Order: sequence, then structure tokens, then C-alpha cells
Amino acid sequence: MAVVFIPSLMQSLVDGNDRLSVDGSNIRQLIENIDETYPGFKNRLVENGRIRPNIAVAIDGEITPLGLLQKVPEESEVHFLPAISGG
Amino acid sequence: MTTADYERNKVLSSSDEHYRVVGTRPVRHDGADKVTGRALYGADFDAAGLLHGKILRSPHAHAKIISIDTSRAEKLEGVKAVVTAIDFPKSDKMVVGTGDEATTLEWLRDNIMASTKVLYKGHALAGVAAVNPHIAEQAVELIEVDYDVLPPVLTTQEAMAEGASLLHDSLTTEELGHDTGKVSNVAEHIQHVKGDIDKGFEEAVEIFEREFNTKTVHQGYIEPHNGTALWGPDGRLHVWCSTQGAFVVRDSLADLLGIPISKVRVIPMEIGGGFGGKIPVYVEPVAALLSKKTGSPVKIVMSRKDTFEGSGPTPGSNLKIKIGVTKDGTITAAKAWMAMEAGAYPGSPVGAAAMCVFAAYDIENALIDGYDVVVNKPKTQAYRAPGAPNAAFGTEQVMDEIAEKLGIDPIELRLKNVAKEGTRRVDGPVFKRIGCKEVLEAMRDHPHYQTPAPENQGRGIAIGFWFNIALDSACNIAVNSDGTINLTEGSTDIGGSRTSIAMQAAEVLGIPVEDVSPSVVDTDTIGFTAVTGGSRTTYATGWAAYKAAEDVKKQIIARVADVIWGIDAANIKMEDGLITSKTDSELKMTFKEFASQMGDTGGGISGQASVKPEEGIGGSFCGNIVDLKVDPETGKTSISRFTCVQDAGKAIHPDYVEGQMQGGSVQGIGWALNEEYFMSEDGTMDNSSLLDYRMPTALDLPMIDTVIVEVPNPGHPFGVRGVGEANIVPPLAAIANAISAATGNRMTDMPMNSGSIMASDS
Repeated sequence: MAVVFIPSLMQSLVDGNDRLSVDGSNIRQLIENIDETYPGFKNRLVENGRIRPNIAVAIDGEITPLGLLQKVPEESEVHFLPAISGG
Repeated sequence: MTTADYERNKVLSSSDEHYRVVGTRPVRHDGADKVTGRALYGADFDAAGLLHGKILRSPHAHAKIISIDTSRAEKLEGVKAVVTAIDFPKSDKMVVGTGDEATTLEWLRDNIMASTKVLYKGHALAGVAAVNPHIAEQAVELIEVDYDVLPPVLTTQEAMAEGASLLHDSLTTEELGHDTGKVSNVAEHIQHVKGDIDKGFEEAVEIFEREFNTKTVHQGYIEPHNGTALWGPDGRLHVWCSTQGAFVVRDSLADLLGIPISKVRVIPMEIGGGFGGKIPVYVEPVAALLSKKTGSPVKIVMSRKDTFEGSGPTPGSNLKIKIGVTKDGTITAAKAWMAMEAGAYPGSPVGAAAMCVFAAYDIENALIDGYDVVVNKPKTQAYRAPGAPNAAFGTEQVMDEIAEKLGIDPIELRLKNVAKEGTRRVDGPVFKRIGCKEVLEAMRDHPHYQTPAPENQGRGIAIGFWFNIALDSACNIAVNSDGTINLTEGSTDIGGSRTSIAMQAAEVLGIPVEDVSPSVVDTDTIGFTAVTGGSRTTYATGWAAYKAAEDVKKQIIARVADVIWGIDAANIKMEDGLITSKTDSELKMTFKEFASQMGDTGGGISGQASVKPEEGIGGSFCGNIVDLKVDPETGKTSISRFTCVQDAGKAIHPDYVEGQMQGGSVQGIGWALNEEYFMSEDGTMDNSSLLDYRMPTALDLPMIDTVIVEVPNPGHPFGVRGVGEANIVPPLAAIANAISAATGNRMTDMPMNSGSIMASDS
């Protein structure tokens, strides 16, 4: 199971949990599995079938360019962060 | 010990790897053209029938547009076309990428040409194309605009106040995908929490808290924005421009003009600086529409005033930093509240600031709140580690106060709390291999720090972080029959990257870098390549060159195995430019010998790679030591010595890494001591010229000494970490700390110019 860290501004949606252990082979499945238990979770992160453009997904500290398609190894950590680039 | 008594510009390496090309300092491929004036920049572009474009800009910081009458301009002899916002096609597309952020198409279009409101002085309203620039300027003056002037808000404090004048009537505050429904000038609230902040402060023996303010500053690239567009009768749009991202220009033009990307070709010219400010489009869409109307190529070149008032400076900000420590200086809790100016439309770098503000430290309990705030100034844009210098200005000064109060050496205080591999950041992820500790140790051990500060001078230090990015890059390599290679890639060369990319290919193939002919090519000629920015180019495009060279190598080995020697490819190796058999020592040939036989053995060899690295990006830490004196009569600050220490992973070309470190340091110094948008109450920038917006030159500063600390990035074939940005992060705070040491006054507002230093003393 992967550990999904819940951003503080979304913790009220998941009974105050700051992280959840979730089944799923990719980011899409993780989000949908959380959304089954906590409806509304998916809508915060996903728009038009993709991760919202101002959000980045990190697996074990590495930002993934694959968004919802990113495979998630067992025991990995998943974070949702502001999407940023640089100058 | 003077600066002459020790080795300057050192490279401290912890790696055992030895390379033939990587790590050397060859002459850059574009050097001769650049120093002789032969290099072609956007303003140099010429074409038959070229028309010249000028843009009408708003004199008001905030106003409704009641009407625009272009008739008198259109009648002026020599004027060929006029465009306004109504010439942009309508589109249903909601969100577009602009190379470094996402925004709505409506906002992107409105920033390029205002439709219903002007939101900053300098906001573009109309464009004119004429036979020469003088007639175009005359015509712009003939356009009549009726405004309903509104009160502007110019700082985050003004914009966030109850009852503040609103820039956008329907802008509501978003919190990570949740629309709060609250209409205000606050576009977004972000937050990161780690541990228990209240418990952390309860455990603290001493708590330090300060509020800081920074002003709007410009990236100060020496070459203004420019673009020439030719919309041909076949419907294809060709654009020659100064840009950090030719593909960003292509995609933005396609979105704004409602045409497929296949109809747009962007040719990036040489670029005279960008630093993040040349990622979005400004004049290109206007030139394109004027070209469409006239059937002629149209060139628009911004003036310096237009560049200040009509492009994208970096935000001013208001920050509150609070840190609690135990008696021995261990941080128990840290809190940051940051509000950043987005300018006229949402999208300040407050997200990045939030990720960097405490990144150098291992903190158990922390809370970070960030607010993206619209104000009546130009839409802000990235400037070299955007957001991070503002954040470090606060954090590093509070750390300095802690060190002073507790009687701890400031570097030792930072080492006590340093982030390292395995530290969990406040925003969540765990650091992999990083070089923060190594940078601090190199600072501590440097002759500069080991020598006492000169009499009547103050010394300050600071450390900063930038996380770097990867994104897409592509590279093609063609082998020539004389044993040289042509390398094409799509990353605009801002800091010598074409050579550092060529060096990585040369290393793989074992050939001299002088045998590589690198070119930066247009969007029709190379695979998708993201911006030259985010400290990604040497890392990601270098990786594409590495893989393209590996592709060439594989094909060469297969050709030699199948056709030339008739042996198993597994028994062939290619190293240091020599192809040999592992089983027969008589069989060998050089790269050049192989290349001369290509035509007779199956034809030319080309290699290709497109990459989007998924892991191993690696952030960079940078630290500064600065000595300065403050004239007690005038408040003038003179820097006598400045040392920049940065973790570069592996310096492919140390000269260019040192150049980035020196350049970032100088920009940070200017930002700290003098640069600001000096705004009058009506929202006018009063100092929109390089005479009055005073950036430091070589005459103002001592030699910036550099130390490259090589902690190789395990995520890159040569260990590269991006280096272009982290070096602008610490100078602001290092200088503030040095001024504090010199004067006894803590400077919480920037710029720390003579006037503000004298005021702090009174």
C-alpha cells in the first residue's frame, strides 16, 4: 500500500487524517479509492480527467510528469504540492 | 589574508569520476559571434517589406475601458493596420500553460491586450503597424481611449484590506481545488503543516519574530522583448523572437490565435538575458495579428520603458517569520505567513516561496501560509528562483538574530539544524542526496570566513535553496564524414548551455568538444523542448544529448559488428573515441576513421532522443559570505568582499557555473541594495529607465569569488544539478545581516538603500 500524505487544506475532507494508506497501482486509482471513502476528495485534485494544472504529484520526493498515469510502487509516499517551475 | 593569497574559484569535488571533456573549460561555440557583434538577436531581424509595430499602453493603473477609437490612427499615411482586443478570436479553452504556470486563456489574452479594463499603467490596449517606427509611434498617439478611472491597490496590504478596490469582480479565493466563494483580491491560499506548531513553540526557550517587506523588482535583462511575425498566405505563422521557450511561444500563439500548433513555427533568436521574464509572450501575438491584417512581416521591439511597465517583474511581498529555539539553538518550531503580489492576474510564486522558506533546515513543527494577491501592477513573472529570495530575506535574518542572541556562530547554528538526506521538508517530501551541509562547511572553512571582518565593516552570511525542474527536452545528432557531429537542440542558450550540452555528447562519444557543432533550432526542426529556465537546461537537455550520443554509439557498434568486422556486437567497445574488439587486439579504429567509411558501409548515422526525466532532479543549495561597510554620513553601502558557495552536482563547464553564481549574486546584490519599482500613489512607476532603476555594474562590486561544491546528483548520468537559480536566493539576507553587523540596525524592508539605512538609524 502507498502512503498518501493529505495536504493540510484537505484534511477536513478525510476526518482530519494527515496521511492514509491506500491501495492502487497508479495515482488515478489511489485518488479514486480515497474518493470512495471520502467523496469530494477527487474533485479537489482532478479536473477534466487530469490533475489540476496548479498541482504537482510527487512520488517518494520526485515530481512525476505523468500525473494520474504515474505508477505507484508499494510502500511509496505520495504528495500533492503546488506546481512550480522557475525562471 | 587578502583575496590574492588563496586559490579563487575553487571546485570542491567529492566524486571519483574522471572525465575527458566534462569538467573542462573549452571556449564556447557561440563566443566569437557574441563578442564581435555577429550574433543575430531579435532586433537585428530584417525581411523584405518589413513593417514596424508599436503598442498603445494605458496611462492609468486601474480603469474601465469605455471606448477605443482607432479611426484617426488608421487614416494616418503610412499606417497599414491597427488591432485591439476584439481582433483576438474567441475560444472556449479555459486553461493554458504559459511555460512556467497555468492561467486562463482570457487572462493571458487580456494581459497581452486589455479588453474591458486596464489593470496597470503600461497595460497594452492597441497595436499599430506602419512603414516605419516613427509613423507607428505617431499613430499610437492618435488612438483615443475613454476611461473610467478607478482607485488602484499597489501592495498586498492594500489589496487584502477590507473594502479594497477589486481588480476582478468575480475572483474568488481558491484553496487547493476548493473555491471558497470569497470575492477579494486574494486568488489563492496555500498551506503546509508539519508536526504540531503550538507544541513546538511551547518547547521553545526563545522565540524570534519579524515582519519583512520587499518591493517589485525587474529581472533587468539587457535585451528588451521583441518579435517579428509573418502570417503567410498559406496560413502558416512564422515568428522570430527573443524567448526562453520557442515551444511556449508556439503553443501560446496557437491558443491565443485559435490556430493549430502545426501552423506555427517559432525561430528563437539569440537572447540577451531572460531570467524567467522571457518565458511568456507579450508582443508576438500582436505582431502576428498585425501581420495577418497586412500580409507583411511586422516587427515589434519594446522600449526599456515598455519593458519595465509592460512585461513581468517579480513580486513585492509581505512576510512574517517566527522561529522558536532551545537554549542550544535547536529549532523547535517555525512559522511563515507570506503574501505575494501577483500583479494584475493571479499567479505569484508564493507556492515556490512556501516550498523554499524553511528548506535548509530540519524542523519538526512548522506552519506555512501563503497568499497569491492581485494588485494594479504588471502581471508578475518568474525571476530566477521566484519567491525563494523573498522568503530567505526573512528566514535568514531571523536565524541571524537567533545566532546573535544565543552567542552561537551563525554557520554553526545553521549546521546544527541543517537539512540532509532523509530530512522531511515542511511541504512533505523527504530530501534525497543534497549538499546543504557541504555548502555550509565549505563556507565555514573558506579563507574569507576564516579571516576576521575588516575594521569598521560588517559581515553577514546566509543560505538558500532552489529545487530545480526537469520537463521535456530533445536532441538530434548527425555524424559527419570528417568525424565531427552536428548537434541540434531546442534550448535557447542563455548562459552557455549549447556548449555544456555539446560537452555531454562529446564525453559519451569520446570526441573533442571542438568536433561538435551545436545549434539551437526552431520548433519545426526539433522535438518538443520546454523552457530554458528552472535550472533545467544543462540537466535535461544535457540528458537528451547524452541519450542521443548513446544512440549514435549503439548504431556505430552495430555497423562495425555487422558490416566492417563481422563479429558479435557484444565483443565491441567504444571508449574515448576508439572502437576496439574485446577479443582481437588488432581490430581497432578511431571515431574519425569510422565516420570516413559511413557512406561505403551503409550510409550516415544519426542519433535522437526525447526525454522527460522522471526522477533525480536534485535541488541546489547556495550560501554567501559578505563583508561591507556603511558610510555613517550617507548610508551608502560598499561591498568589499563577496563569496558564493554552491552545490552544483557536477559542473559540466565550471566557467559557466561560476558565471551563473556570479550573475545571480550580482542580481541579488542589486535587489538588496537599490532596485525597486518606485511607485507613485496613482500606480505610476517613476523610475522606468536604467538611469533611475539602478542595477549594479562591474564598477560597483568587487570580484565575486566562487566555490563550486560538487555533491553529484545520483539522478543524472554525469551528476548534474541545475545551478542557474539558487545563487540569487541568499544575497538579500546575507547583505541584510552584514548591514546589521555594521550598523546595529536590522533592515526588514528592501531595498536597503542609503535613504532607508539612514532612516533606520534615526
